[in-house]
Amino acid sequence: MAIENMHIGGAAAFADDRLDVGIPVANALIDSGKPAALFYENLAERTLALAHRELRKDPLKGYTPDLAGFVSPVLRRCVENGVPVIGNFGAANPMGAAMRLHELAKELGVKGLRVAVVEGDDLRDVIRDVGTEQWGDEEPIDLSNTEILAANAYLGAEPIADALDLEPHIVVTGRVTDSALALGPLMQHFGWKAGDWDKMAAGVLVGHLLECGGQVTGGYFADPGFKDVLDLADLGFPIAEVEADGSFVITKPDGTGGVVNEQTVKEQILYELDDPSNYLTPDVILDISEVELQQVGPDRVRVSGVKGKPAPDTLKVTVSVDGGWLGEGEISYAGPNALARARLAAEILRQRVDLLHLDCDLRTDLIGTVSIHDGDSGELTRSYDGEPLEVRVRAAANANDKATAWTVAREVQALYCNGPAGGGGVRRNITERVKTGSVLVSRRDVMPRVSMVTEEDV
Amino acid sequence: MSKSLIEVPLHEIAHGRTGDKGDRLLLSVIPYDETGYAPIAEQVTESRMFEMFQHRGATEARRYDLPKLGAFNFVIENALQGGVNNSLNLDGHGKTLSFLALTMKVRVSPDVLAAAKKARSN
Repeated sequence: MAIENMHIGGAAAFADDRLDVGIPVANALIDSGKPAALFYENLAERTLALAHRELRKDPLKGYTPDLAGFVSPVLRRCVENGVPVIGNFGAANPMGAAMRLHELAKELGVKGLRVAVVEGDDLRDVIRDVGTEQWGDEEPIDLSNTEILAANAYLGAEPIADALDLEPHIVVTGRVTDSALALGPLMQHFGWKAGDWDKMAAGVLVGHLLECGGQVTGGYFADPGFKDVLDLADLGFPIAEVEADGSFVITKPDGTGGVVNEQTVKEQILYELDDPSNYLTPDVILDISEVELQQVGPDRVRVSGVKGKPAPDTLKVTVSVDGGWLGEGEISYAGPNALARARLAAEILRQRVDLLHLDCDLRTDLIGTVSIHDGDSGELTRSYDGEPLEVRVRAAANANDKATAWTVAREVQALYCNGPAGGGGVRRNITERVKTGSVLVSRRDVMPRVSMVTEEDV
Repeated sequence: MSKSLIEVPLHEIAHGRTGDKGDRLLLSVIPYDETGYAPIAEQVTESRMFEMFQHRGATEARRYDLPKLGAFNFVIENALQGGVNNSLNLDGHGKTLSFLALTMKVRVSPDVLAAAKKARSN
């Protein structure tokens, strides 16, 4: 008998995603009656570095701050219906997240929770000692005289598949590739393994298409009059219905907003993709150059023709170090001659930074003219000749120290009394920055491990 | 023949999305209708895309053609002035830059434009 199709749902694209979107996805997975898994992608490079900072301050933290917010609305139904929830919401502290999930189950009266934890990605204590190779042509990050905030290897799907063998309700990971969150359950269900390169690649593409959540179902897509999307306030998150041969259909729960069509799928296939024939993951090298799409029904797009090549020998490790401080300030000018007053304000800010001998890189923007598309030199802004009704002046400075960053932000506020006429609405902000770089390590230096945390363990 | 061509922004016949990897900008250009593929292949070249991002310090633009998918993928090096870690731009990820690329002018036949408009409204 042929192996039954598996349905995979993607319920979060980042740590700040909508918290309620998992509900219709979980319900659709359960109602289908098919083998299924629901995953949450919560980690960006920077998010993980910040999680490590949190963990240093408090050993009970360091996982996705909204962990309970994401999992609460779906936990009971997923546990009762045997749909495993998989998430990299463990961030810097997967075991801490497992403990929090048990607390949550207790609060919700969900009994017998089983949480599998995938660890082994955290290489912070050993990264200086293991041999590393440069990743791509990126400028190598200098680790000699700096504290390492985080160093995490991108684990693949295998430990997730192993974790699922233990029949958990939830699988918590730290850094794994986003696509592994989908490939893991597919490997476990279909028995795919290294060597089944085309199928493994199809699983990676499922993960790639789902890991940005609403971005494949009409989110981040609408361009009124060109690409119209209905009901983005109730955007339905994606589901992939995967067949044993690796072909699959991308769809979304009935009755939700958004749209799944060839255009939305094309935008998401190419999202953050470099060479389309060589997308490197720890599990397989994905080649999408022969992929074909077919709209097979309303909000249903079939994806086929995925090719895979043997997985690389090395694993990517992202290393984060202190990145200094960003200071920002903004002030608005409106009405007659707003642009001239705004230009004057920006000029005054540049002069003040010189006068005070502030050691920083400064950029000024005239928001409302052309700013975000411009470079730091302000070439497009200088040649702008429109007449905006309002202009918001922004100063942004990178500095090694907090005090300098704050001084730049403060100088924007001082324009209230000392700058051009009619400036208002000042906002100031300073942000601690994180610098990240990537290196490659040998697979033998990374040992993923899986453990089970049951009610009795907490 | 060429007399009948109309100059329009790429936005009229194509859509796209940008992503980032460090200081590298990754940008898709996707014709609404398959008839838009050939004029884009011919006119939205690596060198023109490079020019589009030169004011931001870009050093190279590469194009990957995907005829089966009906799309193009551009990789533009050093266009993000430090990327999300270090950029002073409000948009350190370069997420808004697909709509800069879509301002590029292309010359297309009325048929190609009409086909794009029809596909857009679907």
